[in-house]
Amino acid sequence: MEHKNINVKLKVWRQKNSKEKGSFETYNANNISQEMSFLEMFDVLNEQLIVEGKDPVAFDHDCREGICGMCSMYINGRPHGPWQANTTCQLHMRAFNDGDTIVVEPWRANAFPVVKDLMVDRSAFDRIIQAGGYISVNTGNAVDANALPVDKAKADAAFAAAACIGCGACVAACKNSSAMLFVSAKAAHLNQLPQGEPEKKTRVINMVAQMDKEGFGACTNTGACEAVCPKEISITNIARLNADYAVATLTASK
Amino acid sequence: MLNSKIPAGPLETKWKNYKSTCKLVNPANKRSLEVIVIGTGLAGASAAASLGELGYKVKAFCFQDSPRRAHSIAAQGGINAAKNYQNDGDSVYRLFYDTIKGGDYRAREGNVHRLAEVSTNIIDQCVAQGVPFAREYGGLLSNRSFGGTQVQRTFYAAGQTGQQLLIGAYQALERQVALGNVTMYARHEMQDIVMIDGKARGIIARNLITGELERHFGHAVLLCSGGYGNVFYLSTNAMGSNVTAAWKAHRKGAYFSNPCFTQIHPTCIPVSGDHQSKLTLMSESLRNDGRIWVPKQKGDTRKPNEIPEEERDYYLERRYPAFGNLVPRDVASRAAKERCDAGYGVGTSKQAVYLDYAAAIQRYGKIEAGKRGINADADTITQMGKDVVKEKYGNLFDMYAKITGENPYEVPMRIYPAVHYTMGGLWVDYELMTNIPGLYALGEANFSDHGANRLGASALMQGLADGYFVIPYTIGNYLADEIRVKAISTDHPAFAEAESKVRDRIHMLMNIKGTKTVESFHKRLGKIIWDKCGMARNAEGLKQAIKEVQQLKQEFWSDVRIPGEINEMNPELDKANRVADFIELGELMCIDALNREESCGGHFREEHQTEEGEALRHDDKFMYVASWEMKGEHEWQLHKEELNYEVVKPSQRSYK
Repeated sequence: MEHKNINVKLKVWRQKNSKEKGSFETYNANNISQEMSFLEMFDVLNEQLIVEGKDPVAFDHDCREGICGMCSMYINGRPHGPWQANTTCQLHMRAFNDGDTIVVEPWRANAFPVVKDLMVDRSAFDRIIQAGGYISVNTGNAVDANALPVDKAKADAAFAAAACIGCGACVAACKNSSAMLFVSAKAAHLNQLPQGEPEKKTRVINMVAQMDKEGFGACTNTGACEAVCPKEISITNIARLNADYAVATLTASK
Repeated sequence: MLNSKIPAGPLETKWKNYKSTCKLVNPANKRSLEVIVIGTGLAGASAAASLGELGYKVKAFCFQDSPRRAHSIAAQGGINAAKNYQNDGDSVYRLFYDTIKGGDYRAREGNVHRLAEVSTNIIDQCVAQGVPFAREYGGLLSNRSFGGTQVQRTFYAAGQTGQQLLIGAYQALERQVALGNVTMYARHEMQDIVMIDGKARGIIARNLITGELERHFGHAVLLCSGGYGNVFYLSTNAMGSNVTAAWKAHRKGAYFSNPCFTQIHPTCIPVSGDHQSKLTLMSESLRNDGRIWVPKQKGDTRKPNEIPEEERDYYLERRYPAFGNLVPRDVASRAAKERCDAGYGVGTSKQAVYLDYAAAIQRYGKIEAGKRGINADADTITQMGKDVVKEKYGNLFDMYAKITGENPYEVPMRIYPAVHYTMGGLWVDYELMTNIPGLYALGEANFSDHGANRLGASALMQGLADGYFVIPYTIGNYLADEIRVKAISTDHPAFAEAESKVRDRIHMLMNIKGTKTVESFHKRLGKIIWDKCGMARNAEGLKQAIKEVQQLKQEFWSDVRIPGEINEMNPELDKANRVADFIELGELMCIDALNREESCGGHFREEHQTEEGEALRHDDKFMYVASWEMKGEHEWQLHKEELNYEVVKPSQRSYK
């Protein structure tokens, strides 16, 4: 691969904390190797800001290998930037050209208040899991793992849904700030397994109720969530959740 | 002096007997006993969930925005368990033996045997929670091989095993949060342990959003805070992974054991430039099917696909025919370094070797064609082979392509060793308690099970073993004697004093107002440690490294620049706190490496090697756990815990 160094202009959302108003600031990031990841470019910018006596840009990040789900930048109007099936930390500067202007914002959703600059509070996702995103089995109760064979197709489908990293890109991309892709992925993971069957109805009812309570919007099947999901979680999970929810509300015994 | 409290009796009945005879706490008393858990990775989340289920009042802390993000999530390849589902001769004893041998005879027999015993329960528990392990067409669980073993005992979920296991533990944890048994404190970082009457009784934590210091009481404190690989700056650890919690405990008197036992993983994406912030692992599972090679000709500049078969040196298969590409990590890493140092490295930096999937793609393609009963042409076979490889390792191949801009289905991957895991950690006894009563260390944070080298797919096993199946028993044995202790008010002078010390240190850091960034110090520390206490070490280099680290510490405390304020979110301040601790640890690592005048596992002293360049142990002098007690600035005292092998007979490790 041929690599070169480029100069880019960054328009970055700066906001001191959740209470104060924010605004865009413009920075130049010069002599950026295209082999850098997008976050490494931000590291360079921050080092520069610190040396200049300015406040560095706060952003969430941790594993930098696309699995922890912590990084969360809205880049040029798209969560995690231009690459398909990708997280911000895995976006590399090869995606940009010399002289580009790049606009970087935090996730924008009422249920995800800004903490500082590009960091948001996604604890609403944890509370949705608390509402039913689990199988109720205490440690020590399990039978032998092979005592319960699971149809490979179902196991694979559950695994595909379980690949969700809980980053919240689906919410950020949605014009309604709906969390349906996240919720449906968790429901699809657990509901398709025989172990998850006993709690299927209460799970979907409670998780959906919590989702509404957190202030996420409704789903209008636009599909923006699926298009930006770094793990390519399928929108068919939403259809499955809707079906399970309908059955649950019609048949659940109170 | 150091009592490991290994139960008496034959190896295979120690844990069984312990469980049958340890003290118990009745359910009513559990409700008034509080336990603090630091870290929510596999060890922390599983411990917090299991203790919550038992009825203890648990407070769990993590510095990330959610407990689900702890770095266990990034583990790729798998988790070992002695299930013997493949009928290939596996047993608890074999898993125990492989782990002891893999650790180069520097781990405790009692702990490792317990680990092998509970490994099977872990798989059962995870499956019951809905962890979607890979399955065969018959619906039963699938296994694969990992380094250092000759059986297939590794359970996996594509290349995302850590993620799936952690999500399982996280869900169990969140269930306990919903039930009110666990209180979760995300974006909080432990700053110190609070000791009252010689026992750990709580912590001081910093709320990372507001900057406020908080006091939390606990009858016991569990450190599940992971390893210290980031002392090297560049490692496969997450950016936030740090030694701070363990180091604060060490400063309060907890012994730190075998800090020089660090694992350099053989298959990582090579460094591309000075800007690099972290290194990315390519799972060891890739060595199942991939073949590692370099050109036979020194300085060969041809593209890999232009180098004919007979001009390639499959050096692992050549040197270690019995285990081939699946030798343990320390052996594979050193062999790669040896080839690169000798001038056979590839890529622009010449610090890389090839990991080649061409043969595996052909092999799988032919099997697939056979299964479907078709007489396929070469292109179809290649395509079918690629599809199989994609199903097994797709996410890893995608990650490689994104980072390097090369397509690993077409050209061999370039790999080089990188820091990955730390076997050393806080000293703990059989009950996972440090030498401070009431203070425990679980998972990678302790030193106990992997000796001088950890085998692949054993970290997940240990983290979950400690959290799900060991601590729920052993903590009861301690807390049974604490039932009369009422929750101590955080107005107690010990809390006030600990808080004011933390506050002073933060003020001191902020008031330096120097000229150099935290990051620049971290990079310099990493370079010293990697160059002189990395894959190969020698006395002269280590002595020099100690001086350099001491110098760096002085410079850090007089010239670091931290922007922002104390009472707000300030990631640079968080980082400075961590780097200051890494610097102190770096010095101790070099001291430990200098003290251990032998080579074993990941610790390779150039002065001590066989004629063939393999690690040369000195069992007569170093068959002990080196546990360090901090005595003052740059001052440590060594305590030795002798290792007694009753069942296994230590010999030179051979994978030939």
